[in-house]
Parts: sequence; structure tokens; C-alpha cells
Amino acid sequence: MHWRLNRDRLTAILVILPSVIAILVFVYGFIGWTGWASTLNWNDMMAIPKGGLFPATNSIQMDNYIRLFTVDQRFQIDLRNTIVFTVFFIGSCLFLGLGLAILLDQKIRNEGFFRSIYLFPMAVSFIVTGVVWRWLLNPGSAGAPVGVNQLLVNLGLPFLQSKWYTNPQALYILPDSPVGQFLHQVGLSSVTTPNFGISVAMLSVVLAAVWQMSGYTMALYLAGLRGVPDELREAARVDGANEIQIYQQVIMPLLRPITLSAVIILGHISLKIFDLISAMTGPGPAFATDVPAYYMFDTVFRGNHFARGAAIAIILLISVAVLVVPYLVNAIRTEVHR
Amino acid sequence: MSAGNHRSVRPSRILLYIVLILAAGFFLMPVYILIVTSLKSYADVNLATMWSLPKQISLDSFLSAWNGDPTKGTIGLSNNFMNSMKLAIPATILSAIVGSLNGYVLAKWKFPGANFIFALILFGMFIPYQSILIPLMLTLQAWGKALRPLVENVQAWQVPIFLEWIKTLVQTYVPAYGTIGGLMIVHVIYGIPITTLIFRNYYAEIPDELLEAGKIDGAGFWGLYRYVLFPLSVPGFVVVIIWEFQSIWNEFLFAVVLTNNAASQPITVALNNLAGSYIVEWNVQMAGALLAALPTLLIFIVLGRYFMRGLLAGSLKG
Repeated sequence: MHWRLNRDRLTAILVILPSVIAILVFVYGFIGWTGWASTLNWNDMMAIPKGGLFPATNSIQMDNYIRLFTVDQRFQIDLRNTIVFTVFFIGSCLFLGLGLAILLDQKIRNEGFFRSIYLFPMAVSFIVTGVVWRWLLNPGSAGAPVGVNQLLVNLGLPFLQSKWYTNPQALYILPDSPVGQFLHQVGLSSVTTPNFGISVAMLSVVLAAVWQMSGYTMALYLAGLRGVPDELREAARVDGANEIQIYQQVIMPLLRPITLSAVIILGHISLKIFDLISAMTGPGPAFATDVPAYYMFDTVFRGNHFARGAAIAIILLISVAVLVVPYLVNAIRTEVHR
Repeated sequence: MSAGNHRSVRPSRILLYIVLILAAGFFLMPVYILIVTSLKSYADVNLATMWSLPKQISLDSFLSAWNGDPTKGTIGLSNNFMNSMKLAIPATILSAIVGSLNGYVLAKWKFPGANFIFALILFGMFIPYQSILIPLMLTLQAWGKALRPLVENVQAWQVPIFLEWIKTLVQTYVPAYGTIGGLMIVHVIYGIPITTLIFRNYYAEIPDELLEAGKIDGAGFWGLYRYVLFPLSVPGFVVVIIWEFQSIWNEFLFAVVLTNNAASQPITVALNNLAGSYIVEWNVQMAGALLAALPTLLIFIVLGRYFMRGLLAGSLKG
């Protein structure tokens, strides 16, 4: 049908216009501003007049980015931590979420009750989560364990005690191990350094984040499982499939789009994670739990390194966009076609 | 014809429930420690027995977290709790109204390029806010500078005594750096994508025939909204209001960057400071955390069903 402007349609456009302008300025304009600021030599609050929006400093092109990727040890540790956090966080949430959803799908009595218990952490803030888990995972001292360590001792499992988020170590491939020597042979000896390892302290933060978000993943999967028609299960049963085979061959393939949504949502949360780090550990020993989002906050609002912070922010934005944009485009396209 | 009857093999069912209960234990463990610790009296708080139940119920920790402790010079969370209310309630209402109107336009008054505009708006939901934080802070500081004459003169205004509260209202909600109003406007703007998305998908389910009938009766843009869409919007509003309230109540990054003074800081920032302070006992920290979690937890308990819908809407399940 041909679209022609009339009074009502004009009203509609005028109603949405302020929001569009706000988004153009506060999202796209500000991103552009940050991109521009990331090319400046700007390490000083005084560079900007009070009430002004543009610092009077010279451009150093891509130097801030080059510095981050070449000489900035902290940023490189942060990248490692983000990857470790993302992989373990998404993996654990998917595993726990899918597992709990399948268990709850077995016609459980009091299903609603269990569902609420698994899901309620979503309702509290990462700050509350961080404050509580910082206390729970406080290692205490050898003779006087507190928190989870104390619980483990009480349960007769003292060997499971850990230094949790205070552990500065990273697990990495040792250079003189067989794998390490092989990597050296093929010219990848840089992989055998702590910079390519797993920060142990980060896993404690993962534990708290999984506590908060795995119920949400469960809810996504449960909604998906409820969408699988009973006839499909029944048909598979008639064909002689057992319950495990039904899940493997009938239901799991149908849940793939949900796994994709969950990975996108959890992934963008983990790339942006800031609140939890702030409340639970801060940068941690030897930056063991530092992440780019925290570094950005630290360097801009405590160190006045505005341009460096802007560069980190742009790197964060690009990493989130790579994850989200294809998904977004696809979601909108399928919806238009429907 | 329940399939459950055929596979009620007893031992596996029992195992199933054991696993479910163990998982529940994992999720409830922090709540247990929060509640048990908060309810202990000072005499009863002891690191060695932190997992045991309180000998007697005491609200000492709550009172200390709420009111502060003058002997140690700590400020309580009561003021910040109220700040969060003053922030989250109006911001939520404004967001819901804006989202509802945007959703109405994008679902029922599609114009050329409407889908592109929708995508443009939607992307704002996913950006890391670090990428807009510096110019946002500078913008609010610029507004603050421009509006300073207004704020400074408010006290000198000649108003009737029963309108005195307007002065406080202006000072609280002036959109500037360091005020609740500044933070509120930021939440409304960056809430546009999610609220628009939820309402657009909600209105898309309402059949166009209803609107056509209204059009034949002579209703225009506002008439259709007022008499057809709005009365059907209650569930949509409930979902959006719950979602927005909990995300604004729980938000930290904007709050910590844009409110520099204790007087206007929301509870997340205050709790973070409380927990980072070495002079505040851990039982008081736990009570503070419980206070900060209470409003959204209550909403979850009372309106959990709608909460779920907001969560699923957030997953773009359109």
C-alpha cells in the first residue's frame, strides 16, 4: 500500500522524533565524540574549560590504541581476564541453565517454587551480589576460616578450601612442559606466559556471576522446552526412542536458537562486567580480576587519562558490536519477513 | 493421558529431587548468610559461628546500616534508600510513557524507514555505557553550569508557605551533574530502547482490526491510543514498570560517575562505599546489602510472573 503523509501520520512521527533525536545525540553522537577523544593526547581535566564539551589538546592519532596493545601490561592482563571470564561464565551458565531446565521439565511437583529460587538472584543488583560473595569467598586465615571455607570445613571437606579471589596466580602452559616445548618449536612461545593463562581469582568472580545469571539462562531454556510440542516427543517415543535420545535428537536441535540468544545476552554482559568487579574485588592482586570496563573507569575518573579511557571504551564497544550487530540484524530481518 | 505415569521409576525421581534441592541450596546460601547475619545482635556476631542461627533475633545490624553509627562517624543508608526511590519511581513512570508512545508508533503507524529507526534505537540497548560516559558527564556538567543561577536563586523565591516544597523539588530534579534529576534523565534516555522494544512487541500482538474499527468511528492518533490501545496496555505497563524499576534501582555505573556527593547518591553507590569501608562491621554490611536488595526482591516475590516476561522480552524474543 502506498504511504502518504496525513495529519495522524505526522503526529506519529512527531511523537517518536524526540526519542530518535535523543538516541542520535546520546548514543551515536556521544560514541562519535568518544571515538574522536580516543585519538587525543588528553590526560588532564584542565584541558577542558568548565562547562565545555571539547578539550583543547592535540591529536596523536592511533597512539592510545597502539599503546594499549603493545606496552600496556594492565590492558593485556585485562583482555586475558575478560576472555577467561567470558568463556567460563557463558559455559557454566549454559550448562547449569540447560541442566536445571531439563530437570524442571520432568513434571516436577512445586516446579514454580524451584523456578523462583533459581531465578531470584536476577532481581538483585551486581553490587549486592558482589558484597555478599566477597564476604562468602573471603578466605579468612589458615586457623580461622570464614565464609565458604568455614562451611567446607564444617561439612568435612577442608581440602576444598581455596584462597578464592585473593589468589594472584594464573594457570598457564609451562614453557618446559611437552606442550610448551611444542609451542616453542612452532614459534608460539609467547603463549606459554601467564598472559595467556587462566587467572584463578577470576574464577571466584565467575562463581558469583553464575549464581546471579544461571537462573536466567534456565528461564530462557525452560521457555524453549515449553515450546516443544508434546506430539513431537510422543512421535519419537512411538519410534522407540528413550528419554535421553528424545532430548539428544529431537529437543536439543530445537533449542539451538535459544542457546544463541543466551550466548549473545550473557556475552554482552560479560564484556561489560563492571559492577560486580567493583563491589567484589576491584582490580585484585596483580590485576588478577581487572577487566577493561574497570580499567576504563579507573583511568578516566581516578587518573584523568581521558583519551586512554576513551580508547578502551571504543575497544569495548567494537567487541560488543561484533557480537550483537549480526544477531540484531538477523532478528529484525526475520521479523520483517514474518 | 499424562506421560508421567509411565516413567515414575522411584529411585530416579528421588535422585531428581535431591539434585533440585542441592541446586536450591546453592542459590539460597547467600540469602541464608545475609538473613542470619543481619538478625544477630552485636554480642552474637562471631566469625567462628557465622553459619549458625542467631541465638535471639535482633535488629541492631539493620538499625546501624539504616541510621549509621555516630560514634564511628558512619552515615546510614536511609538517605540513599530514599534517593533511589526518588530516582527510580519517576524515571520508571517517564520511561514507561515514552516507551508506550514509541512502541505505539512503531507497531501501528509504520512510516517509511520505521524498521531502520527501530534498529537504530535498539542498538542503544547493547552498547557498553563506557563508550558514552565521558561526553555524558561533560554534558551534565554543562547543564549544571547553565542552570546554576536557577538553583542558587531558588531559596530566594517568594512563594506561599504551602508551596515551599517546590524549592526542594527544583533542587532535587534540576537536570545537572550531581543531582537526582540528572541521573533520572539519563535513565529515561538510555531506557528508551528496551521500553520501546517491549511495547512495540506487545502492541504488535493487538489486531489491526481493532484500530480500523476505531478509525471508522473517527478516532485519530491520540483517540486510538486513548480509547483502544491504552486500555489494553496494562500488562505491558506492568512488565515495563517492573523491568525499569529493577534496572534503575540496581544500576551502578551511571550512579557512581554522575553523582559526586553523598546527598544525592543512590543506594548501590552507598552500599559499595559501605562495603569498601574497613570501619564498618560485616554484619552491618550484610544488613545493608539486604536493605538494598529488599525492594526488588519484594517485587520479584509478589509479581514474579511479570518479571519473567520482562526478562524474556529482554532476550529479543519478538
